[in-house]
Amino acid sequence: MKIHEYQAKEILMRHGVPIPRFEIVTTPADARKAAEDIGRMVVVKAQVHVGGRGKAGGVKLAKTADEAEAHASNILGMDIKGLTVEKIMISDAVDIDREYYIGMIVDRQTKKPVYMVSEAGGIDIEQVANETPEKIHKLAINPVKGLSAADASTLAAKIESRPEVAAKVAEFITKLYDGFIGSDASLAEINPLVVTPDGEVWAVDAKMNIDDNALYRHPDIAEMRDPAGETDEVRKAREMGLSYVKLDGNVGCLVNGAGLAMTTMDVIQHYGGAPANFLDIGGSSSPDKVVTALEIITSDPNVRSILINIFGGITRCDDVARGLVQALEQTSIEIPIVVRLTGTNEDEARKILAKHQFVSATTMDEAVEKAVELAKQPA
Amino acid sequence: MSIFVDENTRVCVQGMTGRDGAFHTRSMVEYGTKVVAGVTPGKGGQEMDGIPVFNTPKEAVDATGANASILFVPAKFAAGAVIEAAEAGVKVVVCVSEGIPTLEVSKIYQRLGELGTRMIGPNCPGIISPGKCKLGIMPGRIHEQGGIGVVSRSGTLTYEVVDQLGRHGFGQSTVIGIGGDPIIGTSFIDALDAYEKDPETEAVILIGEIGGTDEEQAADFIKANMSKPVVSFIAGRTAPPGKRMGHAGAIIAGGKGTAQEKMDAMAAAGVPVADRPSELPGLIRAALGR
Repeated sequence: MKIHEYQAKEILMRHGVPIPRFEIVTTPADARKAAEDIGRMVVVKAQVHVGGRGKAGGVKLAKTADEAEAHASNILGMDIKGLTVEKIMISDAVDIDREYYIGMIVDRQTKKPVYMVSEAGGIDIEQVANETPEKIHKLAINPVKGLSAADASTLAAKIESRPEVAAKVAEFITKLYDGFIGSDASLAEINPLVVTPDGEVWAVDAKMNIDDNALYRHPDIAEMRDPAGETDEVRKAREMGLSYVKLDGNVGCLVNGAGLAMTTMDVIQHYGGAPANFLDIGGSSSPDKVVTALEIITSDPNVRSILINIFGGITRCDDVARGLVQALEQTSIEIPIVVRLTGTNEDEARKILAKHQFVSATTMDEAVEKAVELAKQPA
Repeated sequence: MSIFVDENTRVCVQGMTGRDGAFHTRSMVEYGTKVVAGVTPGKGGQEMDGIPVFNTPKEAVDATGANASILFVPAKFAAGAVIEAAEAGVKVVVCVSEGIPTLEVSKIYQRLGELGTRMIGPNCPGIISPGKCKLGIMPGRIHEQGGIGVVSRSGTLTYEVVDQLGRHGFGQSTVIGIGGDPIIGTSFIDALDAYEKDPETEAVILIGEIGGTDEEQAADFIKANMSKPVVSFIAGRTAPPGKRMGHAGAIIAGGKGTAQEKMDAMAAAGVPVADRPSELPGLIRAALGR
């Protein structure tokens, strides 16, 4: 789950990571007040879930409260890559002597948390990785033992040569590690970490993603989910335990299992069609899940045919069939439905479906061909 | 022969008396798997279908000589249960649970490495050596004993492929679902290495999907180390970037992990890539020259 900069900063502050003073506001008048409270140069920052806020004009320096108010009225309501800015951060603009990059991910390859530090901070890290990869230093951490003081010092020494400042960077690295582990993050990036002319270190920006699988043990973080980044269909799917991703095509898909669901989309493309969505109903599928899934699929006006592809293992075909019948009885679905059910309890499923109007198919290829053909026919 | 599990595998089921645990235990027993023990804390001393239940994996292993374990426990208790099983001395642990925090899996992986225990999963259907041992939740009846190894990040897509193989007369040596999470205990390379050494396996099907770079590493491994033919299918060519496609690990991030990169890597390693799962039996037939 993505969280906003201000939310990441709130989490990291609890772990002692030094964050410049900030306030979150939603009106230009409050922006002025926040700038007056801080009482020196501030930076006005849009809080949206996209990168490149600065380039889009969503980050501005303000020397006075007047300027902060003016920038706030420009940035609030601004559209950045399709997202409307509703909240802005007014942050103390600390003086910059040097800018570093500090990042952490849970790395799939080493199967460990990995720290990445670079003296080339304040610019796009992807660019640094492509052009001057030697400027990025990595260290994999054993998660059972945790980050040692020696690890933190080694990392700090890669980017900061002055011993007093390096000690502060090492302390920063230790606190960021605690914040990362303590919140079950999957990614944390501090870019830039600023060193002021008098040798203080600050996390001027903060980006964090949280592991969805761990939200159950961080209810406070789970509440940080921004509903603005989620459509009604996606929310409905998530609450029902379905995985749903909307796409641009016209063949609606209802499949059990993520790999089979992706493959169904790929096979649709192979036969000259285009999938309208990815939808995985998961393992133990109750009829209710199938009803909700069909509601979500049919709410997309582009959908011209629906393809149901189930390979029953834990998923019982008769459950899916009951859900289908229930959905058809509750709502009037006019769109043609192609059904391919095979595996656990498929005979029972066939009996349940026999009374209803479905196009049936035995193999995935056959089912896809029929669904693609039906989607091409005029409504 | 087969890999990781066979007729000598003695299984302990953690969470055997729960709803899913009981259902799948019966299905494994029916298949012919030697389920010798169950573990449910607080139910030690009881029996289910004549299988003794113990309070801890340690007691189960000591009393029955179990050498493998499968867990049917909620994600929030799974990490502890995997480590308990490994500490009790089992050599293979299948972790079906979906939704374990990735940092927990990272810790399990470190600990199991020290103990010398192999974890399959998490978020996987398990492993089956047809005719010998089913340690998982897959439908047993679609599997036939034979010479094809199948290794996959998916569950139902694997059933689809196995079903197709059966219809074309190709049995399987061992079928492994390695799991859809970003960090998993057994990688493609672990399975490929074992298939290469297994006399029963004649050829291997690798089923990958978007996300990460495990398929690319597998391709390098195949090129350098495999004498047996490998054919593949990669799911997710139509998946948009930045969206998680059901599996926690199935996401194209920062432009990396696309199906095309993986297909290119396979092709460069001389591994034929099927356009659809239904083409896989034909590719296997061609690879084996039949």
